[in-house]
Amino acid sequence: MIETEKLLLSGNEAVARAALDCGVGLGTGYPGTPSTEILENFSLLGGKAQWAPNEKVALEVGIGAAFAGARVLVTMKHVGLNVAADPLFTVAYTGVSGALVIVSADDPGMASSQNEQDNRHYGRAAGVVVLEPSDSQQAYDLLREGLEISHRWQVPVILRMTTRVCHSKTIVTPGKKNLPTEVPHFKRDVAGRVMIPAYARPAHRKLRAKLAEIEKWNESCALNEVSEKDKTLGIICSGISYMHVREAAPEASILKLTITYPLPLEKIRKFVDSVQRCIVIEEGDPFLAQCIRAAGMEVEDKDPIYRFGELNVARVKRILAGDNTPEAAPPKGKPPQLCVGCPHRNVFETLRKHECIVAGDIGCYTLGVLPPFEAMDSCVCMGASIGVGLGLRHVLPDEQAKKVVSVIGDSTFVHSGITGMVEMMYNQPKTGHVLMILDNSTTAMTGLQEHPGTGRTLNHQPTHQLDYEKLANAIGIERVFVVDPFKNMADLEKILVESLECEDPTLIITRRPCLLAAKKIKQYEEKANQA
Amino acid sequence: MKENKVTNVVFAGLGGQGVLKASDIMSEAAFATGHDVKKSEIHGMSQRGGSVSSDVRFGEEVFSPMVPSGKADYLIVLSPDQVENNRAMLKPNGVLITPDSIDISQLPNKRSINVALLGVLSSYLEIDEKTWKDAIHGNLSEKLHEINDQAFALGRQARQG
Ligand SMILES: Cc1ncc(C[n+]2csc(CCOP(=O)(O)OP(=O)(O)O)c2C)c(N)n1
Ligand code: SF4
Repeated sequence: MIETEKLLLSGNEAVARAALDCGVGLGTGYPGTPSTEILENFSLLGGKAQWAPNEKVALEVGIGAAFAGARVLVTMKHVGLNVAADPLFTVAYTGVSGALVIVSADDPGMASSQNEQDNRHYGRAAGVVVLEPSDSQQAYDLLREGLEISHRWQVPVILRMTTRVCHSKTIVTPGKKNLPTEVPHFKRDVAGRVMIPAYARPAHRKLRAKLAEIEKWNESCALNEVSEKDKTLGIICSGISYMHVREAAPEASILKLTITYPLPLEKIRKFVDSVQRCIVIEEGDPFLAQCIRAAGMEVEDKDPIYRFGELNVARVKRILAGDNTPEAAPPKGKPPQLCVGCPHRNVFETLRKHECIVAGDIGCYTLGVLPPFEAMDSCVCMGASIGVGLGLRHVLPDEQAKKVVSVIGDSTFVHSGITGMVEMMYNQPKTGHVLMILDNSTTAMTGLQEHPGTGRTLNHQPTHQLDYEKLANAIGIERVFVVDPFKNMADLEKILVESLECEDPTLIITRRPCLLAAKKIKQYEEKANQA
Repeated sequence: MKENKVTNVVFAGLGGQGVLKASDIMSEAAFATGHDVKKSEIHGMSQRGGSVSSDVRFGEEVFSPMVPSGKADYLIVLSPDQVENNRAMLKPNGVLITPDSIDISQLPNKRSINVALLGVLSSYLEIDEKTWKDAIHGNLSEKLHEINDQAFALGRQARQG
């Protein structure tokens, strides 16, 4: 007898392991908490994994590979799917020939995000199947299931995880490696792949027909589990909520929904009819509750106060008791700070000293908003610093406009700052503009990932390095400065003051490696030199 | 019917102190002992010196990965200034373990405070010493084994001393 292997894995590690076991030929994505460790682990296990400059490019690369017949995994955090939404909506029409699973790692409660959007809405909006795991074992199983659904119906699939599933460790028994080997090859299918209106119209009809078939299949799919117990209370739930519900209400009957788009409405109707009181308990938006109600079923829903933040056992008990009295605020911990010796520190000190209006961006450097710096005035989404800064410059009175600076990290610049830099030259404010790229040679915020500007691939192998100075020159920026903010803070100050005065578009690159990355970067470089 | 007894352990401290390492070691030791285990953590931005905490739950069958507030059997806090904001996690009569639980001056290296406090915790739990050692060694590079073995021993003996 072969002993079954049992492992203690995070949800992210489980997805990586499943990708390996299922013969995923390519994993691509862009870092973002809580999704980042999936591709890192897939690479460590020997899979082909790569970081794209942003999520849109990642999904497009994934689509190409899946058109060619490969099994593909694309990973991102919830807001990443906003960036990748354009290809998402149309790959739903084209479909794929291999298999394409997109991990959307949502962050209810915003442990490390700028919003708590619920990406199940994307499934419905784009017509893409959505799977929701509730622990690491299910994350493992659902990657395989997602690949199978994707291949069988030739559709993309969203594996919607949440922070607690991604980052909790639970026991996993890996399955057998039983998916057949895929050999990619190109097969021409113009009407299926070229979405001009004449081909897109039938493609949309085809998508809806596939979804109707999947819905029918989902009605009898064992992944949506009914546990019949006390008939006075029935709870409908999905994802991590299922775990909280089992603990909070051990006697209740439960319908756990695993494939949450398209929903098995008849199965749900049977469950609703079988219990006296039926309530939907889900984290985030009332997505299931609204779909179920729209289908004419009477179910209770959580009070709107539970739409905010994560659920837990105590909150589930409160929801069941209909308790909507104000909740005690969680005790305040110590906020994070820029590391002592972080190269970003001197940048914000200088910006503060000169009372700049700072259009900021997302990364470690967003901490420049907190004391002692308090030198950031906006932060919306990745890349927004440049557009927002230009908008401010266009309409503010000159005295204030001349103080506006856009500040962006290196990884963020490559992700979505390049088009902003083009705009800076195309529609120049009359006071010019000052753009600062804080180049710390890594994606520090999410745990030190490589990107095209570091000149190393996901697994730290040398590759072509993007040259920001040459790029700026090519776009038409003539004033380009590079300065070490740590060693030469006085130079930085001088360049900043001159640039604010001169009214010509200026790029200042502050270049010094992140303190935590510096040692590793040295090791990678030494290794590359030896080779 | 036998009661499904779950042991709840909460680790807390500041980013960089080894809170997550401690909870990894704890969960692996419980896993190796044959328990169902769930471990949960919130880090994200907290790696920059902010508050970090991590929950480990083990027993016959564990559902939610998060320890409910007021239900922790053990609360291990690595930084004295993080006790107050985490105290509500502890159940009445639960065990609080802090750097005060050991003789810090005997610690060979301050950085192994996480493993020293695991030593204290181990004296309350029915998990083999060997299992603990394996979990510690499995989570740390070899050159750190010796000082962490010492730290663990210091903690494990602290209650008798
Ligand atoms: C669309 C999107 N994708 C990913 C993220 C997660 N994320 C936030 S900032 C960031 C990059 C940070 O790197 P960088 O700009 O180099 O700044 P650093 O943290 O190194 O200072 C990432 C990946 C996000 N917020 N939005
Ligand atoms: S991790 Fe790096 S970039 Fe982030 S605060 Fe620390 S030194 Fe600065």
